[in-house]
Amino acid sequence: MEIGISHYLTVSAILFTLGVFGIFLNRKNVIIILMSVELILLAVNINMVAFSAFLNDITGQVFALFILTVAAAEAAIGLAILVVFYRNRGSIAVEDVNMMKG
Amino acid sequence: MPSKTKKAPIMGLQVLFFYLFAFIAVASAFMVIAAKNPVYSVLFLILTFFNAAGLFLLTGAEFLAMILLVVYVGAVAVLFLFVVMMLDIDFAELRAGVLEYAPIGALIGLILAAELIIVVGGSAFSPEIAKGIAMPIPPISERTNTAALGDVLYTHYIYFFQIAGLVLLVAMIGAIVLTLRHRQNIKRQDIPRQVARTPETAVEVVTVKPGQGI
Repeated sequence: MEIGISHYLTVSAILFTLGVFGIFLNRKNVIIILMSVELILLAVNINMVAFSAFLNDITGQVFALFILTVAAAEAAIGLAILVVFYRNRGSIAVEDVNMMKG
Repeated sequence: MPSKTKKAPIMGLQVLFFYLFAFIAVASAFMVIAAKNPVYSVLFLILTFFNAAGLFLLTGAEFLAMILLVVYVGAVAVLFLFVVMMLDIDFAELRAGVLEYAPIGALIGLILAAELIIVVGGSAFSPEIAKGIAMPIPPISERTNTAALGDVLYTHYIYFFQIAGLVLLVAMIGAIVLTLRHRQNIKRQDIPRQVARTPETAVEVVTVKPGQGI
């Protein structure tokens, strides 16, 4: 038996679903939500690389590189916001984030 | 015939490693969202990235596999670890209502996964797609993956590359600006005050009489 593109796409679909499920499950914990977003982006990256390999087109890998860049920037900004929020409120529960509501 | 007998075990190894990497990646991704302690979640996230890098290697994307390890395991995961350990949070309280929405979440997740797998796993991609490719990958014997990626990245996608650098710069400045705070009543260097000092303000001549002290 041979490993085809659909195997990779299945793995990435499962990882994507786990990421979405993680956001459902840990609604209160922002850190886990950020990690779930990282999982989702990783699933997208696996898709990109799989298509790049099986279509023999390197553009997919270039795209995956850019997705990696944006994911790193997003993690840095997200964690910075988290630290500032914790300093202000002393908690990271998502339910407390409505402090700016009028 | 000799090539076939030589190729068969390599193919088998590829299948073996694919299932190994895929299974550990999925299992540790599940542990990321299910672990009680967020530190364990971060460590399982690192394991997931390691196995995803293995999957990248199997497809031939060597540079991306190494970048995934360097950027994610070396930077992002360590950043997560820092934040988890720095903030003093009662994580047990955060997990209190965790199973409240689990059934409906599992239902939606199962439906989503089933749909995705049926769509992408069941269908074969027609060879017509391969005709419209933009940048063919040169054979690995002629050009390594890193060199081939660089050939395209620094010529065709140079503006995108520059914008990616700009995104990282903005993220860095943004993170610094957000987390920098100016605390009062601690001693720190004040460079304008230091530069503005003159001999008149800085030096004071005191005549001390013998035996008296200042």
